[in-house]
Amino acid sequence: MSGNVQLLSDTLAAAKSEERSALIAYLPAGFPTVDGGIAAVKAVFEGGADVVEVGLPHSDPVLDGPVIQTADDIALRGGVRIADVMRTVREAYEATGRPVLVMTYWNPIDRYGVERFTAELAEAGGAGCILPDLPVQESALWREHAEKHGLATVFVVAPSSKDARLADITAAGSGFVYAASLMGVTGTRESVGAQAQDLVRRTKATTDLPVCVGLGVSNAVQAREVAGFADGVIVGSAFVKRMLDAPDEAAGLDAVRALAADLAEGVRGTE
Amino acid sequence: MPSEFFIPDPEGQVPSAEGYFGAFGGKFIPEALVAAVDEVAVEYDKAKSDPEFARELDDLLVHYTGRPSSLTEVRRFAEHAGGARVFLKREDLNHTGSHKINNVLGQALLTKRMGKTRVIAETGAGQHGVATATACALFGLECTIYMGEIDTERQALNVARMRMLGAEVIAVKSGSRTLKDAINEAFRDWVANVDRTHYLFGTVAGPHPFPAMVRDFHRVIGVEARRQILERAGRLPDAAVACVGGGSNAIGLFHAFIPDADVRLIGCEPAGHGIETGEHAATLTAGEPGILHGSRSYVLQDDEGQITEPYSISAGLDYPGIGPEHAYLKDSGRGEYRAVTDDAAMQALRLLSRTEGIIPAIESAHALAGALEVGRELGPDGLIVINLSGRGDKDMDTAARYFGLYDTEADAVVEADADSDRAEIEGDAK
Repeated sequence: MSGNVQLLSDTLAAAKSEERSALIAYLPAGFPTVDGGIAAVKAVFEGGADVVEVGLPHSDPVLDGPVIQTADDIALRGGVRIADVMRTVREAYEATGRPVLVMTYWNPIDRYGVERFTAELAEAGGAGCILPDLPVQESALWREHAEKHGLATVFVVAPSSKDARLADITAAGSGFVYAASLMGVTGTRESVGAQAQDLVRRTKATTDLPVCVGLGVSNAVQAREVAGFADGVIVGSAFVKRMLDAPDEAAGLDAVRALAADLAEGVRGTE
Repeated sequence: MPSEFFIPDPEGQVPSAEGYFGAFGGKFIPEALVAAVDEVAVEYDKAKSDPEFARELDDLLVHYTGRPSSLTEVRRFAEHAGGARVFLKREDLNHTGSHKINNVLGQALLTKRMGKTRVIAETGAGQHGVATATACALFGLECTIYMGEIDTERQALNVARMRMLGAEVIAVKSGSRTLKDAINEAFRDWVANVDRTHYLFGTVAGPHPFPAMVRDFHRVIGVEARRQILERAGRLPDAAVACVGGGSNAIGLFHAFIPDADVRLIGCEPAGHGIETGEHAATLTAGEPGILHGSRSYVLQDDEGQITEPYSISAGLDYPGIGPEHAYLKDSGRGEYRAVTDDAAMQALRLLSRTEGIIPAIESAHALAGALEVGRELGPDGLIVINLSGRGDKDMDTAARYFGLYDTEADAVVEADADSDRAEIEGDAK
């Protein structure tokens, strides 16, 4: 079975045709449990997320702030495995028919085997991967297998990326481009960096791919602001924090569903 | 004289332009750091060909660090090493007490050239942190050191030294609370503050150009040792021996000897409580290829690429990765790597203290223990150079607890023990 890169592109195009940004949510697999994590992904889809990124928890999440570090720790202590990540992708996709990506550091895929990982992710109905510590110049092997299995390769660009490099990155990517709104690790911020709009403009000058903005976005006001210049708004830590703060799993699911609904209004400019 | 310190042998040809030592190395970093890491590479290339940089560095090495460091023959210690001749390269006599200052001064000069005003660094044993805090004081740079919480406890003396020197020391409470986690936290800081901050990386790991650049700054160790041993012994050694955590002091000693095919290059990894217990940090002995902290090398990891928690009594070797050039030397067969337990290292620490009046760092004691084995294998005609990478002051609390040297215990234990130690030492020698 081929992966769902086309579904991802179609979903982002559909949002554009509605003259709005897409809402992309991030949640780690296995958090708070594997089944609880699957329920959380379904809940944010119910709330109005267009796309979900499922995180593969890692022992050394160097690009994540304390909130996602805590969730990764809980998931790893619970014994989460790559098979559980695949099951999360499969059940979320089968229940909703919407695009599900995996976000992971590179070493787990390197160790598991690129062919094995891409084949299993495609078979589970996954749409692609975001690999934040795999720079474009080291990505040839990954891209060969991702293309073979119909999976998107979503690269991250940063405010520090020079224009020539942006062109190299976007030429190699597919699905969309993940524009980091600021220089820093994941986590909620008071305001989205002013650098974000400039980065989106510079990135769009190099590609027709949708450009979605992540890092620091946590509420509907920020989502609306970002939606004014980006094709998609990516929210991660704010969802994870709602789960961490909830007194029990049911309350956590209600909280992420409600946040997704809020943000969905934000990206439609109706907040 | 100056340029030989940091321009590697052009015949070496490693790493490649992309930073690869054979299959190992590279640059696995987030996009946000690409520009900063590229800037380091460009500035380093410029510095290498700038006589003014060489002059400044050389001046510091001679008049601040105190180079060249001595090469000391240790005859009483050597009696326990099969009668081989044993020389110590005395990096413990450098200013700040370890080899770390060589690299730190080079990168501090580079920091000034890049116009950055703040330096961050990771530290395990605290030796790199102390050296970095020292250079920051000397050059007027703001300094933040990340150190695992466990290490701040077992190396408390070095925490106090860093703070005395004006550095901010942040105890890292995530993960295994040791060196690996300190590096993770330093990377998080760097991503957020890269405009004005240089990450003064302390070992020969990390993304290109750090493995090559840090090696080049430490290459002086082997350049001096090679010249000194030829003067003193009239020939090259049979083996050059060093401890390996990330691998900086080892590559510093080894590099000048790589073209000398008859000189065995022997790295001593921490076997902790024993490889079979799983409580160790012997990356080349028990690890698998993978990516950690920006480069491909051997890594202690599980079957799904999660990094496993390392263990060593030595904070400076307690790391689940290893510099990519060591992985390359291992796979090519040019380097040999063996594992040394906590107990063997501690016995060697005490042996050197009592036979030579030199208290080594626990890190360096792993090399001493390895060299005792190598000496017995070589026999009386053997000639060994060991890199004594650091002094042991910082480890006195750990050693005192290990051997029961504090007053309450010492009255009962040490006096009785001292006699049996002397007997043991004398006995071993025969």
